[in-house]
Amino acid sequence: MATSASNSGSSASPSVTIEVPTPRKKSVIPGGTLYRGREGMWSWVLHRITGIGIYFFLLVHILDTALVRVSPEAYNAVIGAYQTPLMGVAEIGLVGAIVFHAFNGLRIILVDFWNIGSRHHVALFYVVLGLWVVTMLAFTPRHLMNVFGW
Amino acid sequence: MSVTIETPRAPIRTHKRGINWEKWGWIYMRASGIVLVVLIFGHLFVNLMVGEGVKAIDFAFVAGKFTDPFWVVWDTALLWLALIHGANGMRTLVNDYATQASTRRILHGALLVSTIALLALGTLTIYAFDPCPAGSPAELLPSFCAEVM
Repeated sequence: MATSASNSGSSASPSVTIEVPTPRKKSVIPGGTLYRGREGMWSWVLHRITGIGIYFFLLVHILDTALVRVSPEAYNAVIGAYQTPLMGVAEIGLVGAIVFHAFNGLRIILVDFWNIGSRHHVALFYVVLGLWVVTMLAFTPRHLMNVFGW
Repeated sequence: MSVTIETPRAPIRTHKRGINWEKWGWIYMRASGIVLVVLIFGHLFVNLMVGEGVKAIDFAFVAGKFTDPFWVVWDTALLWLALIHGANGMRTLVNDYATQASTRRILHGALLVSTIALLALGTLTIYAFDPCPAGSPAELLPSFCAEVM
């Protein structure tokens, strides 16, 4: 496609005034390029962090389970290290990460495929947090009873 | 003076033919994710909530599960779906944060090698498993070993 333009028209562009919202508080962060999102950003951050943690646990978990083919003694010795009170408490963190990643993953699917999902992604994030609290309230006391023999 | 302007909004390159792997990776994360919610919640419930929970897990416990076809299928699906889901998620992170071509190549290669190795090791663990290894003390073995021997 070809078109012709006048060589003298470059200075004729009209000026445009646009409304810019005035910041409520003066930012202490220079540059102003730092993205600070709200629920959407935090769900994304938490999904990444929990995903990385679960991935590296999975690598170790495949290796420790593979010890059943070495000998019963080897497997029992290594799995015994998981059954200390310290690891029992750490397991609450692992389960917490898995439960968040699971519910937030379902939220992502709803945002992607449900026609009104993206409009309600913030409300869905609070549903995820609510379900996480309920699930952890069901899991934690029972798990602590098993770990500490209460 | 006349200037030639390219067609506005023309795609830089036309649609590549063949399988759209990124699309299938995207679909895989969602499809496997739904199944993994069921598989992992079931796995955690049976191993941590039922009976004595984590205290009950030992060789005999695992041997009991790996000789039950139900748990063999469950754990095989769990291994393959979860490890590929996790490795593909880590690939996304490498794509986002590794800026140099050489770093990306090393990390992508490490993900591929570790995933194939652990899938092989995990599958071997489930299927080439002897619940009653000869010479092991009977108190460490599942109770059904006594009937076999």
